[in-house]
Amino acid sequence: MRKIQLYTGLALIALVIAAGLVSLVWTPFDPIRVTADRLLDPGWPHLLGTDAMGIDIISRLLIGARYCLIVGIISVSLAAIAGVPMGVLAGLSGARSGWVDEVVMRVNDVVYAFPALLLAMLLAAVAGASTVTAMVAIGVATIPAFARVARAATLEVAASDFVLAARAAGTTKWSIAVRHVFPNIAPVVGVQASVGFAMAILAEAALSYLGLGTPRGTPTWGGMLRDAQDVWYTQPVQALWPGLAIALAVLGFNLLGDGLRDVLDPRLREVR
Amino acid sequence: MTAILRAAGLSRAFGSFEALRGIDLEVCKGQRLGIVGESGSGKTTLIKLLAALDQPTAGQLWFAGREITGLPERGLGFLRSSLQIVFQDPRSSLNPRMKVGDIVTEPLRSKLVRRELQGVDRKERLREVLAAVDLPADSGDRYPHEFSGGQRQRIAIARALAPKPEVLIADEPVSALDVSVRAQVINLLADLVDKQGLTLLFVSHDLMVVRHLCDSVVVMQSGQIVERGTTAAVFSAPRTDYTASLWAAVPRIKV
Amino acid sequence: MSLLEVSGLTVRFGRRQVVAIDDVSFTLGEQERLGIIGESGSGKTVTALALMGLLPENAAVTGSVRVRGQETLGLGEAEYAKLRGDTLSMVFQEPMTALDPTMRVGRQVAEVLLLHARNTSGNSRQRVIEMLRRVGLADAERIADSYPHQLSGGQRQRVCVAMALINSPDLVICDEPTTALDVTVQARVLKVLDEMLDAEHTACLFISHDLAVVSQVCSHVLVMLDGRIVESGPIHRIFATPSHPYTKGLVATAQLDKVAPGSPLPTVADFYTRAGATR
Repeated sequence: MRKIQLYTGLALIALVIAAGLVSLVWTPFDPIRVTADRLLDPGWPHLLGTDAMGIDIISRLLIGARYCLIVGIISVSLAAIAGVPMGVLAGLSGARSGWVDEVVMRVNDVVYAFPALLLAMLLAAVAGASTVTAMVAIGVATIPAFARVARAATLEVAASDFVLAARAAGTTKWSIAVRHVFPNIAPVVGVQASVGFAMAILAEAALSYLGLGTPRGTPTWGGMLRDAQDVWYTQPVQALWPGLAIALAVLGFNLLGDGLRDVLDPRLREVR
Repeated sequence: MTAILRAAGLSRAFGSFEALRGIDLEVCKGQRLGIVGESGSGKTTLIKLLAALDQPTAGQLWFAGREITGLPERGLGFLRSSLQIVFQDPRSSLNPRMKVGDIVTEPLRSKLVRRELQGVDRKERLREVLAAVDLPADSGDRYPHEFSGGQRQRIAIARALAPKPEVLIADEPVSALDVSVRAQVINLLADLVDKQGLTLLFVSHDLMVVRHLCDSVVVMQSGQIVERGTTAAVFSAPRTDYTASLWAAVPRIKV
Repeated sequence: MSLLEVSGLTVRFGRRQVVAIDDVSFTLGEQERLGIIGESGSGKTVTALALMGLLPENAAVTGSVRVRGQETLGLGEAEYAKLRGDTLSMVFQEPMTALDPTMRVGRQVAEVLLLHARNTSGNSRQRVIEMLRRVGLADAERIADSYPHQLSGGQRQRVCVAMALINSPDLVICDEPTTALDVTVQARVLKVLDEMLDAEHTACLFISHDLAVVSQVCSHVLVMLDGRIVESGPIHRIFATPSHPYTKGLVATAQLDKVAPGSPLPTVADFYTRAGATR
């Protein structure tokens, strides 16, 4: 029963991944070339119609799935790779003497307090707006979330008897982190990653919409929304498709996160 | 007899709270020492210091004639291989995500301990210690949750035996177990201590078990040792009211 | 009519219908005290939760549980809530988790009182303080104003006893109430429980894995093994002439003082081994 969330989430994500993969080899029409068939209503051969540039919407959505996944994967990986070791380090040192913990977490507080939008604007100003700057901005802005989750989980693991037993057996701090802490905090980090994935998709769409992310013309879902705005009063349905795609992908990753939490939480598991 | 473990004026304070105040203690090779007292009396703090898992705020500590107070972690290899601990609750002292084989051989894989134990074959040693604690030989490939409480405590004991220690510290090793399983684990401990000539420090609030297992005992109250002597003497003629009340509190069959 | 009549109580869990307790029957009269003894996994706690109507939703309960003649299986949550606290109450194993950490204990006890108060007249705080004093908390005023984490384990469990008894229920179910406590604290809590049950004329179902502990409070005992009752009777009879081999083992392990120091202790396995079990 509890697994319905997990499976629905996985199904939605599988759909996005499938769309992204298909777009690598095939799209119904050219997703970039401007044609004269502008703003067609849904029908044949353009099943969802065409946009203001006369480009097939399905083709753009398929390519957009690819961007959405790349943005999610890169920015979440960036945040996790930087944030989780920071959190573990802070947690392990916080369990004993506290100054490393203090320094690491206060730095995180500063990053957390720094508006992500401002960061994206700065990066765009320095390096030019691109998918890469958007991913870096999103990744950096979500580092503190990973660090905090990892730190809290590490503190719990570090207080357990098996870590004490490992220390009594002469296991070094490094081995304790690798052998005991990482495997035991992996579930919480996994949950955070899937929720972070959903956030990253939304953030990238927002940044593209504001012109701070992927440049115009590249078929991202956020970019499509922005294009749809130009024809909002005459063709509102243009905004529906990318909006729906974003909503489904975000929903998928959020459901995956909740589902994982339920399945992986040992406290819930032990209740028969 | 020579003292294998010696403490002088050992104290530990947490902020303004003095958990341990001026403990003097000598444990001889082959001795079986019971450490008893109520919770909060400082038993666990004391053994953490003895095992160098914590640093005293004052006092000194020697293991096999070498001072260990103030030694950095990398200088403690000799202690880590020859002093092992069995914790109270095997549900929390075994990493749920590691296989039993990896748990038991963890002490052998530690860089510090490996230096001390040259040429121990891990697989061979795993087989030996699993046999010593009466667990099936294939236990190594399974996870802790597949075992009952008593079996898990055997796994913890096997891990403690793996580096061939001289001193075994058992911190309330049967308190989390059913009475029906308790006897088996105590028999096993007694047997192992006999056969392998171990020195045993047995922490418990259950004096009946201590009386059974230990030849001598120290009684702790509010961070101090208030009474010490042979088990027979302390329990048959306690000198403090506190010891007498501990002894009287042991549940006995009332019909 | 007995206070509690349980007949053919069977509990299965989950989709695979794992049987947790199987055909459990017993009766308990007014003011009687019955111990249930068995190892972890034998179904003691499931029995207690079934009587309280506190089993999780994936549990299928069959059989009959009558309290004062009224069938309680199948009662709605609201009716059960009325029964709990009024007629039935429970003391749990872990007093730290049984109390709400964010609420002063005096208020928690008062809440139980007000929830089921038959007459709302009179000062509830006064009654709470008096109750705390009766369970042996001399400094009752200060305790009432404390949070659970500011109390010791023994004090917390006394608070739980006070909570369970403040409405003078007919039956208190105690699930391993002293397992988490020190021997000395255990002795004091058991004594208080014994006195309070006497004073309030309350019946008690006392669950434990330790026969010696059960014998401090109860006169009769049920022995559970793998979800079934294998033996029952007065404690003195069970001690003198245990009939089931498992009971013989339990009796032997509960009497460490009879064993000469240094000799091997008797174990349950010396008397009883499950078919196909590896110790």
